[in-house]
Amino acid sequence: MHTAYVSVRQGLLALLDQADMYGYQLRSEFEAYTGGAWPLNIGQVYTTLERLERDGLVAITRPAEGDGEDRPAAGGSGGREHKYYAITRAGRDALRDWFEATAGDEPPPRDELLAKVLLALAGGREHALAVVTRQRTALTAALQARRRGLRPTATSPGNGVTALAPTLVADALVSRAEADLRWLDVCEARLAQLSRPAGNGTTPSDDQGEP
Amino acid sequence: MNVKERAMRAPTIELRDVVKVYGSGPAGVRALDRVSLAVAPGEFVAISGPSASGKSTLLHLAGGLDGPTSGTVTVGGEDLAHLRPAELARVRRRQVGYVFQRYNLVASLTAVENVMLPLEFGGMPTRQARGAAVAAIERVGISRPFDRFPDDLSGGERQRVAIARAIAGDRDAILADEPTGALDTITGDLVIELLAELAAAGTSIVLVTHEPRFATWADRVVFMRDGRIVDESVAAAPPSPPAEPPVEVLSP
Repeated sequence: MHTAYVSVRQGLLALLDQADMYGYQLRSEFEAYTGGAWPLNIGQVYTTLERLERDGLVAITRPAEGDGEDRPAAGGSGGREHKYYAITRAGRDALRDWFEATAGDEPPPRDELLAKVLLALAGGREHALAVVTRQRTALTAALQARRRGLRPTATSPGNGVTALAPTLVADALVSRAEADLRWLDVCEARLAQLSRPAGNGTTPSDDQGEP
Repeated sequence: MNVKERAMRAPTIELRDVVKVYGSGPAGVRALDRVSLAVAPGEFVAISGPSASGKSTLLHLAGGLDGPTSGTVTVGGEDLAHLRPAELARVRRRQVGYVFQRYNLVASLTAVENVMLPLEFGGMPTRQARGAAVAAIERVGISRPFDRFPDDLSGGERQRVAIARAIAGDRDAILADEPTGALDTITGDLVIELLAELAAAGTSIVLVTHEPRFATWADRVVFMRDGRIVDESVAAAPPSPPAEPPVEVLSP
């Protein structure tokens, strides 16, 4: 998927913001948080990590002392010591900017919005609610502004079918933004029902079985 | 009316630090938790939020249908808690109009008689009430004849009659609770657009809706969650007169 590359970058940063991790761990956490929406291959993970490192957003770090939680990596890396990555200060700034960024006039690309909310879960319930609230307010403001230029009855019905076209184009944009807003409302309602914080950096356990 | 002019006038409705608890003790439900909201004359405010977020409770309190556990609610500068029952009834009848999802029209009365009803209850002579009712019905765009019964009206027309009833007699504010709930999208848009026009003409509007489509018509959208206001979105520019429709160029 085209937008996935952008989201992989932010996704790895969001996960490393919770804990230092190595490549295979990052891949499985990323897939868990994005609900399987963007399957990742390990090559993408390493390519992205290299670029993040080059840009100074992550740094290679040593494994933690006495770290006994190494999982058997899917690729079977034998006894080789894992290369752990840590987020840098610049990385945290970049991540925060991404969560806070809102689209201007137009509804944001849908996958970008989806990725943002899913990855916000890595920061826990309150963080996710804050991200949902911010995105929804920005989208609402954009739609409010658009409304001002869109008065259905201002278009005379007597002008024939061609007269309808600008209205239908505007309707299409509004309907798309509405769908996103409705989805954000659902996200809020589901998040609000979570009684406990969604954890920090660990895989959420019971998020299967939603319709 | 522009934003600055509005800000200079006292709010039509104001809630200050309002708490509303239903029940008592550990079983008590905190429906509103320190909510403050001021609605300026001619301002169109939409209240959005999931079920049980407190939006309907807020509307009931704003219209004096119920009182707060603590905090103050003022309508037209008067603290509702300080009013005698008769005065409160006057505020509810003369200053604030209500619109509900199910129209609540009396089936055995014609459109114009439905609109007259609260005016006559308020002590207005029949002749005068009829004049005010006809003026209100004309304003909401119902076509003649006005002596049709609710059963002979479409859903959109019924809601328009309900809005006419809410504005008849020059009310300062309309409180609307999911008024589009029973309407299709286009009809709903027209009803909300009517509310926006009434706001532009000076009536304060408070609209409770869970539909983002309708909320975005408002000057200000207030988001509630768990009895609190969590955010709000203010339209970038004040309402301007509708632009020339761009369709002329395309007309044959």
